[in-house]
Amino acid sequence: MGTELPLFPVQASTMAGRVDALYLFLIAISVFFGLLIATLVVSFAIRFRRRSRDERPRPIHGSTVLEVTWTLIPLGIVMVVFLWGADVFFAMARVPPASMDIYVVGKRWMWKTQHMTGQREINELHVPLGVPVKLTLTSEDVIHSFFVPAFRMKKDVVPGRYVTTWFQATRPGTYHLFCAEYCGTKHSGMIGTVTVMEPGAFQAWLAGGATGTSLAAAGEKLFQDLACITCHRADSEGRGPRLEGVFGHPVSLASGERVMADEAYIRESIVNPAAKVVAGFQPVMPTYQGLVSEESLMQLVAYIQSLGGPATAGPGTALASPAPATASPAATPRPRGQGR
Amino acid sequence: MSSVADTAHAPEADRHHPDLVHHFESLPAQKEAATLGMWVFLVTEVMFFGGLFLAYTMYRNLYFHAFVQSSRHLNLTLGAVNTAVLICSSLTMAMGVHSSALGRRRATVAWLLLTVALGSVFLGIKAVEYKDKFDHHLVPGERFQAEELHLEGDEARQAQIFYALYFAMTGLHATHMVIGVPIILILAWMAHRGRFSPEYHTPVEMTGLYWHFVDIIWIFLFPLLYLIGRHH
Amino acid sequence: MTTQIGPGESGPPRPPVPPALTEPPPPRVNYLNVAYGVKSWLLTTDHKRIALLYLAGVTLMFFLGGSFAVLIRLELVTPAGDLVQSETYNKLFTMHGIIMVFFFLIPSIPAVLGNFLIPLMIGARDLAFPRLNLASWYIYMIGAAFTIYTLVSGGVDTGWTFYTPYSTTYSNTHVIAAGLGIFITGFSSILTGLNFIVTIHRMRAPGLTWFRLPLFVWAHYATSLIFVLGTPVIAITLLTVVLERALHLGIYDPRLGGDPVLFQHLFWFYSHPAVYIMILPAMGVISEVVACFSRKRIFGYEVVAMSSLAIAVIGFFVWGHHMFISGQSTYAGLVFSLLSFLVAIPSAIKVFNWTATLYKGSVSYDTPMLYAIGFVGLFTIGGLTGIFLAALGLDVHVTDTYFVVAHFHYIMVGGAIMGYLGGIHFWWPKITGRLYPEMWARVAAVIVFAGFNLTFFPQFILGYLGMPRRYHAYPEEFQVLNVMSSAGASILGLGYLLPMIYLLWSMRYGPRASANPWPAKGLEWQTASPPITENFERQPVVTEEAYAYASEEEARVVERG
Repeated sequence: MGTELPLFPVQASTMAGRVDALYLFLIAISVFFGLLIATLVVSFAIRFRRRSRDERPRPIHGSTVLEVTWTLIPLGIVMVVFLWGADVFFAMARVPPASMDIYVVGKRWMWKTQHMTGQREINELHVPLGVPVKLTLTSEDVIHSFFVPAFRMKKDVVPGRYVTTWFQATRPGTYHLFCAEYCGTKHSGMIGTVTVMEPGAFQAWLAGGATGTSLAAAGEKLFQDLACITCHRADSEGRGPRLEGVFGHPVSLASGERVMADEAYIRESIVNPAAKVVAGFQPVMPTYQGLVSEESLMQLVAYIQSLGGPATAGPGTALASPAPATASPAATPRPRGQGR
Repeated sequence: MSSVADTAHAPEADRHHPDLVHHFESLPAQKEAATLGMWVFLVTEVMFFGGLFLAYTMYRNLYFHAFVQSSRHLNLTLGAVNTAVLICSSLTMAMGVHSSALGRRRATVAWLLLTVALGSVFLGIKAVEYKDKFDHHLVPGERFQAEELHLEGDEARQAQIFYALYFAMTGLHATHMVIGVPIILILAWMAHRGRFSPEYHTPVEMTGLYWHFVDIIWIFLFPLLYLIGRHH
Repeated sequence: MTTQIGPGESGPPRPPVPPALTEPPPPRVNYLNVAYGVKSWLLTTDHKRIALLYLAGVTLMFFLGGSFAVLIRLELVTPAGDLVQSETYNKLFTMHGIIMVFFFLIPSIPAVLGNFLIPLMIGARDLAFPRLNLASWYIYMIGAAFTIYTLVSGGVDTGWTFYTPYSTTYSNTHVIAAGLGIFITGFSSILTGLNFIVTIHRMRAPGLTWFRLPLFVWAHYATSLIFVLGTPVIAITLLTVVLERALHLGIYDPRLGGDPVLFQHLFWFYSHPAVYIMILPAMGVISEVVACFSRKRIFGYEVVAMSSLAIAVIGFFVWGHHMFISGQSTYAGLVFSLLSFLVAIPSAIKVFNWTATLYKGSVSYDTPMLYAIGFVGLFTIGGLTGIFLAALGLDVHVTDTYFVVAHFHYIMVGGAIMGYLGGIHFWWPKITGRLYPEMWARVAAVIVFAGFNLTFFPQFILGYLGMPRRYHAYPEEFQVLNVMSSAGASILGLGYLLPMIYLLWSMRYGPRASANPWPAKGLEWQTASPPITENFERQPVVTEEAYAYASEEEARVVERG
């Protein structure tokens, strides 16, 4: 807008500065080597231009010293870049504990976001400032990609599985949200905004909206409506494992493996129960694939999460010891029902 | 790497051999080029099948039980017979190459025709197997049903992946045989017309290489598809 | 190189032949006029004629793919999607990508220049398998016909990358026809690569050892390794997409237990090495041109030759860098990132060696050299931006944005196409026996260079700002940069049209060329322009190193600096 020609998006997350720093370093290297080569080529081309038609320069075959030098120096530089880039990437992959959970479903051609308290948004996401936010995403149809340039965050959203990513916003404002994986006709229309608010304003927004039921409460209702409760009884008499206290803990499977009961595990157990059967139980659970939408799945996952288990020890933290539950500063209302 | 100079001094008779093409210095040079070319082609074939083998490895690992049940429904007897038939056809093909190298016209024709016969038996048995799968609703697609495999729910869907890979891999293999059989027939005809000699029988050798490759692919396919978990 | 002329002649090597004759040599029989008529072309087995058949095919496809680019850039002048509908736009960028990648960039240098020159450069009469060579052209044309059929029957909109499950389940366009077209054309590549490998191994002239080969041949040998090992994988991958779409198989459909990311692994396993197919031959051209127009052997010849092989080999192990955020594990990302940095090193080595070749050389600014110098600059920028993309944490932000678009266009257009044009100009006298008009050619080269940079440099900025790829409409704040890019595209288009005109003109009206107008070293320059069908009157015998522009004794050295 106007005569301004920005070169960078706004830095609005904790990772943005780190990504930009690496970018600037690479620009510096590129400018240096680009100018070096350009200067050498142009100056050699001029200085050694042909003066007479039959001129024959003395042959120069090569120089091992030069070859080694200009192999090792670039190699050293790219190794530095590799390590730096990997470091940033690891930070992006490690979801901090005590993050606020948001569930996102991408579908042609909109983004549906759900807060744990039950707010649903379409093509919008309101988040509080200064709080790590963990996104659990899936797609209902084709591969999409959730991209917020201001956060330097992007993650492909794949049908049939959950992916997670996270950010911590550092600047209030409204930022672009794009779909970054081509998904058909309205790919460039699958855009929206992420709005970062001061904690007080965020609370007001949460309270003011038509909340409806919290995610976990909606999940509890589904749990009963779909008759999950018939087998997954709280009294351990059911044909299925008891689900209280399962979330976020390792589970022993009939195959002898141990896996972490995270969001992806819960979702898989609903749509593909035979894949991982808990030790001591028969593989009798029917599949709910096709009977439950992705959004409903997220509600069920949120409900099971609320049945106990440490705070948001998601796949990003893998099998690290789960952090004790601490209330996050933004104090998002706890789902009613089972406490922690 | 050697220079090409040594093949430039071929025996006089070879330099004007009617089968020597204009851009090669000698028949041995021409044959070496053909051989290298066929080996390079076979490498491309390995890469071609490789994608399917990769997909198979991945899905077998993920869906082992469904794969075991699906594999059980394949007819082990027919598969084993086919394996034996194909190995024999490689033998007859090798004998055909050998006979052509010795200039034995009638033997060459006979061995090549025998190879064609055995290859056709293989394809016939494959057709029987495919029809059986069709009759039991095990062809992937809208009509696929996995009840016969005693699988339900997800595993039924996973079985469809097994059969998709079964048809893709054996189908691709069969396509290679369908291409190979007429080629061998043509070779038999050419042999009958006296086209080959001890100095020039390159087409027979090259086709032999191709045929052995097709056989080797089957030797991998058979255990991977028919013998999953059979020892249980 | 010394050509043994005949029993009578002997003595020192001939002095260089002066360029551009005032008197045309008398017309002789050569490969162009030895036979006339459509049949003599469509049934030829002469590698030189087949090269020209390919030239016609790739030129046609280039302008077809280019016309889609024109429409894309026109649409992107305004933020709203107001020139064409979304469906149409999606088909435009898909067809642009498919045609340019599979029908222009991959075949162009190998099938036109490689076919024409490799037998000449190694002193052979033809490639190892001339009929396979002709077959490969027919296969290419059949694949192109499938693609044109796809186009006229409504197009395909999956992107040239065909990601599942969109391509297998959701797209309503002609995915099967498009997939089959590429599948078929892949065999053209495979046969070309096979032919080159056998030819280079088995048909070199006496005395032509591996380390006397021109770097153009080394580059094509490395490229042929990729042709042969990589192309079959895209073939089977596209075949599975076609089968899944036709028969609803489920290999890639998550609702049936399939994995959409498996497609990406299979696809990129070929499509990453494919980009080295596109650039290695161009690098080969640059080596020849830089050597000739510096009148010096390429600095570090053996290292440059080995770098081509290193790029080809390492290039097979980096495909996951297209998938850092697709759902592969963090650790896989680490491995692919590391290897992607390693594959950049041989390319950097080549750039340094070309630069060093100019040092104390005798540099002239003929059109091929202008393209070569432009290549060095643009490829350096393109290659450096590849480093940006290999850095994991940075790639998360810039992948799937215009940053990637800018990066690969710098390499493919700023690199490969400039190499192609430089090569066409360099060998034009050999291929046609005519000289092109030098002034117009230099003007066109400068226009191409300027237009290219104006088109694609702003896209780096656009990408970092966050403009995603394949966007029909975009937020207003991106408009200024898009307008710059589109303006550049119009200049670039002009730069491409000019050679079409003057090269065609030169075929009839250009001055006749001598055997070695530049002059340059290399066996191809030791025979007439255009050559006879058999290439050489007598089999050459090689006694010198490559690029023996001056021995120590005979050099009239002008000391510099």
